[in-house]
Amino acid sequence: MSEPQEIIPIEKDALLGAVADLYAQGYRMVQIGCTTLENAYELNYSFDKDYHFKNLRVTANREDEIQSISVIYPNAFLYENEIHDLFGIKIKNMSVDYKGTFYRTTITTPFSIENLPKPKPPKQPKNVLKQPSHDSKQQAEVQTPQKESKE
Amino acid sequence: MARTNIIPFGPQHPVLPEPIHFDLITEDEKVVDAIPSISFVHRGLEKLVEKRDFIDYAYVADRICGLCSFMHSMGYCQAVEEIMGLEVPERCTYLRVIWAELGRLHSHIFWLGVAADAFGFESLFMQALRVRERVLDIIEVTTGGRVIFGMNKVGGVKRDMSDETLKTMAKQLISMEKDLHELTDVFINDYSIKHRLVGVGYISREDAYRLGCVGPMLRASGHASDMRKIGYAAYKNLDLEPMVETAGDCYARCLVRIREIFQSIDLIRQAAGKIPEGPFDVNVKGTPDGEYFSRIEQPRGEVIHYVKANGTKYLQRFRVRTPTFSNIPAMIIALKGSQVADVPNIILTLDPCISCTER
Repeated sequence: MSEPQEIIPIEKDALLGAVADLYAQGYRMVQIGCTTLENAYELNYSFDKDYHFKNLRVTANREDEIQSISVIYPNAFLYENEIHDLFGIKIKNMSVDYKGTFYRTTITTPFSIENLPKPKPPKQPKNVLKQPSHDSKQQAEVQTPQKESKE
Repeated sequence: MARTNIIPFGPQHPVLPEPIHFDLITEDEKVVDAIPSISFVHRGLEKLVEKRDFIDYAYVADRICGLCSFMHSMGYCQAVEEIMGLEVPERCTYLRVIWAELGRLHSHIFWLGVAADAFGFESLFMQALRVRERVLDIIEVTTGGRVIFGMNKVGGVKRDMSDETLKTMAKQLISMEKDLHELTDVFINDYSIKHRLVGVGYISREDAYRLGCVGPMLRASGHASDMRKIGYAAYKNLDLEPMVETAGDCYARCLVRIREIFQSIDLIRQAAGKIPEGPFDVNVKGTPDGEYFSRIEQPRGEVIHYVKANGTKYLQRFRVRTPTFSNIPAMIIALKGSQVADVPNIILTLDPCISCTER
């Protein structure tokens, strides 16, 4: 059975107002998640009330600073520290700021745009033989450094 | 004047099977604040979707945690099936309910044992694990594994259960119920257990909701919230009411889990009685393109499996929000004002699963 799910895109400046509105309506904060897009980040703020699932979606550029919602929902600090450490998104005014030590990772911000896997070049069919190069100049350039190194 | 100290609790501690750390700020013997630290064994399984295709990833999702193994792969498969518009056969939904409840059963019984061990009640710990062994035997007969089920796949399940297996399982559960009553009566009535748990680690109804508690922690503080009521898999066809207590203390959380053990047995019996004939999987064609938040009820509470796909065989994003992660802020509230000697019991009655949290 498919659960009805609402996703509401909002501007990052309207986030605090929208979250405060949901808090006033009695919504429970379920989670904050983040997805890396090609050149931006997509943050999902999920809420629930009587099994009604609602998401606020904010799209942020890599330089953007997001306002913390921990002033409204105190449990948000965990998710915000997680997003800061794994994605490298700056979040201001967190109620508890671990300053990048919440997750101990071997590489910094493993989920950031910089660490997004690049698309691989299309595979070449195996049976295609490499054509010998007829460019004598190129061959000479390749061979010359080898000779130099032997000397 | 009280003397302020900082006591490091964990990541290695006799009552903690997995690593989590708290800096306990104390005034004499009283805890006035607690600062949690995680990420001692973080595995980065969410990142692995970049290297494993969406079919293979069900295998990884199964291994996010041992105790909640089946429900992780179930949540993941449900999300992918939803995105692809796959309608799994009804028999599959019942089989998933049976295995999910067997998972809840062995997880809760295991928790009773670990909790008994923390009280210093070792014979009760052994008794609990003896009963749990019988659940593991059923899991082994039906799946081939004892902890990791490995039964879910995108489009259904990998194995069926014969009518004879279902009947035998129902019989075994009847005899197990007797043993479980003997075991749980001790937890409910024993003077020393009540003395350690009643009124300890209190979380108010308002705090439990405001701090995003889930599962038995939320229900023990008076909220009738159980994701199985959404009606995923075959739960929509079964009689189910959330188990609720109102005291909000360690004892209430213990009672909720005990009642859920018997509820799981009842749900398995209901599912075994109603399971229809037919296929248990469907063929999967194409690749997923879209997003979905799958919400299911694990032994420790609501878990979210978020899947975002872009039409290729590799998912764009897979995120798991585990129940323990959601319960950490309430742990801090429960620890504040408690005695240092009660800290292990409080942390245990929250049933932290660090393996899930460090996915």
